Amino acid sequence: MKRRFFLATTGLSLALAVAASTAAWAENAKLKIGFVGVTSGPAAAWGISNQRSMEARAAWLNELGGVQIGDTTYDIEIVPFDDQKDPKRAIAGMEKMAQDGIHYVVGPNVDDGAAAVRPVAEQNGIMYFPYAFPKELYVAPASNAILGMVANYQSGPAIYKYLMENKGVKKVAFIAGNESDPLSQRDSGAAAARELGLEVVSDTVTYQMDTTDFTPVLLPVIQTAPDLLVLSGVSPANAPQLIRSARELGYTGLISTETAQDAAVLAEGAGELANGFISVGGASTPELASDTMKEFVQRYTDMFGEYNDESNTKVYALEYIIETLKANPAAIDNVEEFKTTMDAFEAPNPFMVGDAKLTYVGTTSFGQKRQVSVPLVVNEFKDGKFETLFVAQVD
Amino acid sequence: MEQILANGLYLGAQYALIALGLTLIFSLMNVLNFAHGQMYVFGGFVTYTVVAQLGLPFIVGLIASAVVLAVMGALIEKFLFRPVIRRSKRDESTMLLAAGIAFFLDAVILLLFGEKQRGVPKVVDGVFNWDMRLIMPYDRILIAALAVALIVGFILFMQYSRTGRAMRALAQDRVAAQLMGVDVDRYSMIGFALGAMLAGLVGGLLVTITGINLGMGGPTSVKAFLMIMIGGAGVISGAIAGGFILGMMESVGLTLLAAYGDVTYLVIFVTLMIFLAIRPQGLMGKPWG
Repeated sequence: MKRRFFLATTGLSLALAVAASTAAWAENAKLKIGFVGVTSGPAAAWGISNQRSMEARAAWLNELGGVQIGDTTYDIEIVPFDDQKDPKRAIAGMEKMAQDGIHYVVGPNVDDGAAAVRPVAEQNGIMYFPYAFPKELYVAPASNAILGMVANYQSGPAIYKYLMENKGVKKVAFIAGNESDPLSQRDSGAAAARELGLEVVSDTVTYQMDTTDFTPVLLPVIQTAPDLLVLSGVSPANAPQLIRSARELGYTGLISTETAQDAAVLAEGAGELANGFISVGGASTPELASDTMKEFVQRYTDMFGEYNDESNTKVYALEYIIETLKANPAAIDNVEEFKTTMDAFEAPNPFMVGDAKLTYVGTTSFGQKRQVSVPLVVNEFKDGKFETLFVAQVD
Repeated sequence: MEQILANGLYLGAQYALIALGLTLIFSLMNVLNFAHGQMYVFGGFVTYTVVAQLGLPFIVGLIASAVVLAVMGALIEKFLFRPVIRRSKRDESTMLLAAGIAFFLDAVILLLFGEKQRGVPKVVDGVFNWDMRLIMPYDRILIAALAVALIVGFILFMQYSRTGRAMRALAQDRVAAQLMGVDVDRYSMIGFALGAMLAGLVGGLLVTITGINLGMGGPTSVKAFLMIMIGGAGVISGAIAGGFILGMMESVGLTLLAAYGDVTYLVIFVTLMIFLAIRPQGLMGKPWG
């Protein structure tokens, strides 16, 4: 009896060991996707929302058993690099990605970083998804960058036109931080406003990014009495302060921006003074968000404690990479295959209700498809949350 | 003009309070505390947590910021600066330590409070409007008044309390103070705690107006250094003067130079370079230190 028991337990142990080792051998292959962006300093919110969106979505996909691309099932591994909003660091980050054999990178978050990494990406066969607007990154002969959001020169005119037609806006003023992104967004916004026939009453006032009191900065702008005050390229950190100072100075007109904002930050920083503030958002408004989007928000919140509304847009880049690779598995280590696939690529958009599609766009702005198609959702802040003002599509 | 002056005075009051803590630490220990801005940010986040997260009154948040930062300052002095100063006579050792603490605090703030901009509701509603010539929200007036009260309280404390007198003696001549029986270690620790507490208090005061975020530490330190360079490093009256001068320059520049783009700080830096070339010890500092 004892001998039989010994044999049985030994056999069972061996079987379990073999099963465990087989399970180890059967572990999914890893697909590394890079992130190079700013996750420290004043603009950390931009990059952290990117990185966390990727990590939350990757964890979810891995939990579901991984992603099947061709005959292989992959677990997604996110490889982050903080470029500290410094172009030199961004280059170092992209070089690290190349050394790690990574072909798909999300970021950088700002213009100069995105421009700086272009040679590294092109020489090393890396497709990257910047959140930066300079057209030269996306117009041929450039071909490795894909704009990860809607550019201000696409959203700005749509917003101004809407406000002209629906709110009677005639005079507009621009204010921007003294950095390349906000300044270029101010210039293109002012040009678009003039083209639409709006009177630009102020577009020279700028501020340091570390300004703690915006009253003196805004005073000359408010004195021009605009109907619409545009906060060009404003960061989520500065937006509530600017809104609050403008309202405290007695400004009663409209305030808008073409950057994504966070409702909780606006509510905390400006309270009801932020009511009516217009900004660009993603697909999480109740009318648009699918069950997948709602679950993503919940998972992100569970993982990191608090959701960031900027992730409504930033959830998309990873999805585009994975779905395009699924459409053409040969692109897994060959970005030329990826580029070929982009032209005809189409997949269901899991984050929106209805039959929305993931497709590459940008032909109108860049002459080639070098932009992800995310919905242009224009939001109005009201009593602590965003309400959809209107929805449009780029291209 | 009334608006420019009011903005300058408001900015000056908060700047002076920031500079006071930095100059106190410098005068007592000859330490350039590069982490001063991060202490300011930490203080802001403590007030935010107490007021916005825990729902307690603003004054409780302010006291919590003062206490947390004072304890943090005391611990940093006792366990970090004191051993380094004892073992190394080189100034760059403490500078490197201060820079390291700044990076460390940045990381701690990110971990504890996250990357988002934070703010607390207005302490007082309403805006003072004098015929559109002078517009100032009541909460700014309150914060400016509190800042001035704290500055006055600090001066009185340094002037008339036993601890204040001991710290002034220490600042004037460390060896002589020691020979006269002043407990150098104890008062250095109290001084550092007081400096950190002032940084935390300003952070707590301003979180109601400007909000607070992870990236505000570095630029705040730079501005604080500017102020004490203008007024004279290690001189309390110099820090106050430097704060008000910088606040006024900023307010005037932002209004009068607005049409030329963001040149205010360019002008301020050029002016400061010329000023320091003529008077390197600042307005009230002594050439010998």
